[in-house]
Amino acid sequence: MLINIYHIIADNWLLLLIGQFPNGPLGGIAATLLLSILGIGLAFPLSILVALARLSPWPVLSWPATALVYVMRGVPLLMIIFWVYFLLPLLIGRIVPGFLAMVCTLVVYEAAFLSEIVRAGIQALPKGQMDAARALGHSHLSAMRYIILPQALYNMIPSILSQFVSTIKETTLGYVINVPELTFAASQINNQLLTQPFEVFFVLASIYFAVCWTLTQLTNWLERRIAAKRAGRGASELLVVDGVAVIKPETVQEVRQ
Amino acid sequence: MSSLDLSAILLKPEYSRMLLDGFEMTLVVAIGSWLLAMSLGILLLVIRLAPSRIADRAVAAYISYHQNVPTLVQLILWYFGISSLLPLGLQDWISVHNGEAIFAVIGLGLCQAAYFSEDLRSGLRSVAAGQMEAAKALGHSYVSAMRYVMMPQAVRNALPPLINHTVSLFKNSSLAVAIGVTELMHAVKEVENQSFRTFETYLIATLVYLVCSLLLMAVGAWLSRRSSPVGAT
Repeated sequence: MLINIYHIIADNWLLLLIGQFPNGPLGGIAATLLLSILGIGLAFPLSILVALARLSPWPVLSWPATALVYVMRGVPLLMIIFWVYFLLPLLIGRIVPGFLAMVCTLVVYEAAFLSEIVRAGIQALPKGQMDAARALGHSHLSAMRYIILPQALYNMIPSILSQFVSTIKETTLGYVINVPELTFAASQINNQLLTQPFEVFFVLASIYFAVCWTLTQLTNWLERRIAAKRAGRGASELLVVDGVAVIKPETVQEVRQ
Repeated sequence: MSSLDLSAILLKPEYSRMLLDGFEMTLVVAIGSWLLAMSLGILLLVIRLAPSRIADRAVAAYISYHQNVPTLVQLILWYFGISSLLPLGLQDWISVHNGEAIFAVIGLGLCQAAYFSEDLRSGLRSVAAGQMEAAKALGHSYVSAMRYVMMPQAVRNALPPLINHTVSLFKNSSLAVAIGVTELMHAVKEVENQSFRTFETYLIATLVYLVCSLLLMAVGAWLSRRSSPVGAT
């Protein structure tokens, strides 16, 4: 079995890494990472707008934003992929490749989830920050821009990174609409070999594990570092456990949801 | 495109039957894997509480694997990979008894058990250590203190993430379509192919998923409110 696994990797490492890239579409782990980076990168600015809309006192803004978040939290990602795959060609009037449909889906879906992280980050800051900024003559938006968001976004870096890990895991759903990414590459290999499904998909699971585990460790390290840094300033949000400052579990839990 | 006409799907017995059967299978997969996940999650927590480093490491590895590998990949590995390693007699038995659904329940259940177990563990850790000492001082044994003092508080603390993960388990049941389970997503594709009414079919399925998820969230919020101690915030 180990020899089979070795042969699968030795024969197909390029397909798993970049797909059929120079002669075909980008695939493999490169496409998976590109999908996740595009998804999170484009969703991030959108998510700040959604979070600000949700926190705004005007129902015209807060209602649609709240509705968007609840719909995305309540409907399976696969259903949203189907919607985008169906609606996007109608909107722009031509056939859409699976990759683009997947990026659009991830942007909408992740924007909703990231906006919850941003909202929790803003609400976790002491209220005095906003009051002090307003007292110094900032408008609501300018206080958000220069006082609240820079602090909130810094504290949110670990949560955003863990959302990035979730996104990597969610790109596997592209397999259902034949987006050439890592899972798709593995199923191609399986279709060629036919006799070693366990070995092929074991390799697939190991690659995902290696990528996501590394990023999770990085997230945990950043979380500890940022918590320690914040302990130097105000300790109101922090708890000291075994001499190490950590963000209160309630805060983390709220942010993680 | 013709105008929106939900009755073209809902009032046609063959289509509504397909969707209903699909929804029933979604519920079977979701409830079956929830039960498996919850019992396994509790078992993993109990193993972790035992004073053995090896057991602790093993459970940590189990959880790390299931949280870092995409759920869809786990399902594919079960259905295409692990099934091929089973003895032939068992393989035949499973494929006769709706093997897709069995592996979907196993895959989703084992995966979600990791999350449930972590939720319960952090719930338990947020109960003050003094509670255990006080219970023991009052004459409770370790097991009875766990049962009557620690766990009720731990479950209460763990309710919000448990509810969230229950909702995502329900949503993840749609992944079973990738290994050929005839659940709601599968029925949606069938009805869409036969009726050519994509918009209406998707809309109905989306509403079904949304209503179920919102109901779960509402029940969760009600449970949290009901179980929080009087006077506490």
